[in-house]
Amino acid sequence: MRAIGIVLAGGNNNKMRELSNKRAIAAMPVAGSYRSIDFALSNMSNSHVQKVAVLTQYNSRSLNEHLSSSKWWDFGRKQGGLFLFNPTITADNSFWYRGTADAIYQNLTFLKNSHEPYVVIASGDCVYKLDYNKVLEYHIAKKADITVVCKKMAPEEDTSRFGLVKLDEDGRIQEFEEKPLATNASMISTGIYIIRRRQLIELLERANEEERYDFVKDILIRYKNVKRIYAYEMDSYWSNISTVESYYQTNMDFLNKGIRDYFFKEYPDVYSKIDDLPPAKFNQGAIAKNSLISSGCIINGVVENSVLFKKVYVGNNVTIKNSIVLNDVHIGDNTYIENCIIESRDTIRANATYVGENGKIKIVVEKNERYAL
Amino acid sequence: MIKKEMIAMLLAGGQGSRLGVLTSDVAKPAVSFGGKYRIIDFPLSNCINSGVDTVGVLTQYQPLKLNTHIGIGIPWDLDRNIGGVSILPPYEKKNNSEWYTGTANAIYQNLKYMEYYNPEYVLILGGDHIYKMDYEVMLEFHKANNADVTIATIPVPMEEASRFGVVITDEKKRILEFEEKPPKPRSNLASMGIYIFTWKVLREALITLSEQPGCDFGKHIIPYCHERGDRIFAYEYNGYWKDVGTLGSYWESNMELIDLIPEFNLYEEFWKVYTKSDVIPPQYISGDAVIDRALIGEGSEIYGEVHNSVIGCGVYVGPGAVVRDSIIMNGSVIGDRTIVEKGVIAENCVIGTDCELGLGESAPNVEKPNVYCFDLVTVGEDSVVPDKVKIGKNTAISGGTTLDDYPSGVLRAGQNIIKAGDRT
Repeated sequence: MRAIGIVLAGGNNNKMRELSNKRAIAAMPVAGSYRSIDFALSNMSNSHVQKVAVLTQYNSRSLNEHLSSSKWWDFGRKQGGLFLFNPTITADNSFWYRGTADAIYQNLTFLKNSHEPYVVIASGDCVYKLDYNKVLEYHIAKKADITVVCKKMAPEEDTSRFGLVKLDEDGRIQEFEEKPLATNASMISTGIYIIRRRQLIELLERANEEERYDFVKDILIRYKNVKRIYAYEMDSYWSNISTVESYYQTNMDFLNKGIRDYFFKEYPDVYSKIDDLPPAKFNQGAIAKNSLISSGCIINGVVENSVLFKKVYVGNNVTIKNSIVLNDVHIGDNTYIENCIIESRDTIRANATYVGENGKIKIVVEKNERYAL
Repeated sequence: MIKKEMIAMLLAGGQGSRLGVLTSDVAKPAVSFGGKYRIIDFPLSNCINSGVDTVGVLTQYQPLKLNTHIGIGIPWDLDRNIGGVSILPPYEKKNNSEWYTGTANAIYQNLKYMEYYNPEYVLILGGDHIYKMDYEVMLEFHKANNADVTIATIPVPMEEASRFGVVITDEKKRILEFEEKPPKPRSNLASMGIYIFTWKVLREALITLSEQPGCDFGKHIIPYCHERGDRIFAYEYNGYWKDVGTLGSYWESNMELIDLIPEFNLYEEFWKVYTKSDVIPPQYISGDAVIDRALIGEGSEIYGEVHNSVIGCGVYVGPGAVVRDSIIMNGSVIGDRTIVEKGVIAENCVIGTDCELGLGESAPNVEKPNVYCFDLVTVGEDSVVPDKVKIGKNTAISGGTTLDDYPSGVLRAGQNIIKAGDRT
């Protein structure tokens, strides 16, 4: 491959409510057995990008743990590898990452010491499959300075949390608005970019001199009339996790056979850290309907239209409906759960009831003492 | 300088012919167990959990699946700079090239491998039992007794002892006598086929008996050491230990995992069992599925009914299908509306739609009544069963069968269709 990769994984969003308290979004568990960043990392690996830097900032403990070995994504190589860059104090810099551009700028030596001509920049909070080589071919064919991977959204979708673009006939970006209040554009930026390495170094150095730190605002929007910035339109599944609602919906999307087969069965695979858990166990009285159930789960109760992550214990006479239960949760007997997201490592007492009312998703964080097991 | 206190030699070359078509294309240690594991995962996990990080795996019979599974040992943390796991197949030599002719002969042919690690002790293991055992505790016992050989033993019910090789010990657990399948056993301590040898003793015995045809630990090495007056001790192991060498015991021990709190518990945090996981995604249980007591592996999709069964990874059970008291291994497909009762379906099989497996009257198997019994329907790896056929009890199928193989769409109880693998 002719590119190195950068995964922006430092972000947090208060629209994730309590879920963002203990982890960066890139570390959010997704689809039962994965974490959000697995999708970007697997895409990198499957596109033969061998050298990848992950930039972290916001509460990265959980992310660091997930990335403690790079072998799961096949980055444990002499050529290339996985690099984790937390903000550090250096002789000439004592700031946190002040923005996405600044985060990359502060690790400019990574770019300077590489020899690959291109850089793929992706964010760690999106669920998708993409062959970055196809984007790179497009980038070269269009003689673009920067290529932005874009996606057309259906008219009913709320696009207010995205950057919206308008293109000319050739695919060159004419307008770029970040989170506009009102817009008639329907093409959004997915936050995936391809750019020549030397071009990126030059743009970042100039932005830093001008004390500008944001990749979208200070590079894409600022240079859109000067540089050839093109949009590559992807038409496959893409979902961004930045709100509780989008997180919930993304997980529930995997109950749909088409989406599940696309990610789980079609080439190429998505990789993740292996946890060595035994197969899920269904005891007498267990009922599961239209649900995803991960390894290490022990089910005694009823699970309907839900996603159970790894190592969930469901007690006797429990009902779980339309809910997401994250990793390593213990649910005591006779408990009723509906429209909820149960935070990981929770211990839910017996005889409890948690219901998200009026279609709103309730986030349950219960750190009780766990006596059983 | 390279030095390992104890290295393990794992004998994984056996065919396991009593598992019938399950081992027609795979060595017994590579046969699936408990949904996502393979039999060899248990001794390998025991090794790493016991701190034994150098393991030679001796292969001979159909090693492809075993080699792919073990690789460089990543799942068991056995990818090491020094030591780790090594696959040791028989190899051509200048003068007497031969296959491994017996358990001890196989070890003898790899003397150089053991010498390289300069061990104090050598642990000899088999690849056909399901158990969790701390070999380090056994080593401490060996050292404390200043033993030359320590044999792991397990107490079995006295009435069953005549099926095993038993040892008679003094009060300090030093072995006085051996009895192989005694009609009237005088002890109930059965040998588990697990030995710790002091390296010098093993080396000397192997070299002395190197001309012995089919040199075997139980038949030759241990009697030789015993006659010589070596200090041989019996280490008593008390825990779950299950031989899965026959289809019946293999099926039974899988079924035991489904119990509410199984005696052999895979869900304990302590002493994890590791395996190579090829399938990561969660399993999907459809809105119409019925699941009543089961283990189900990653990535499986269940649209039909599963009762009291162990389902591997990436299995598909179609709508209307009923799987009962069965083992379905990785990647197999059970067609829509097909009924499987007491089936042992190996990996990557395709069972057609509207079939009936394991229903009807029982009859003993015509070719191998001692292998295909317990009313099981056994289907070997990569087999294909066409739509709408009926298959009776105590039957075996291997290979891509078509409707022509089933007279009027039926395979009667006790009959076999063997179209693949070693036709033995």
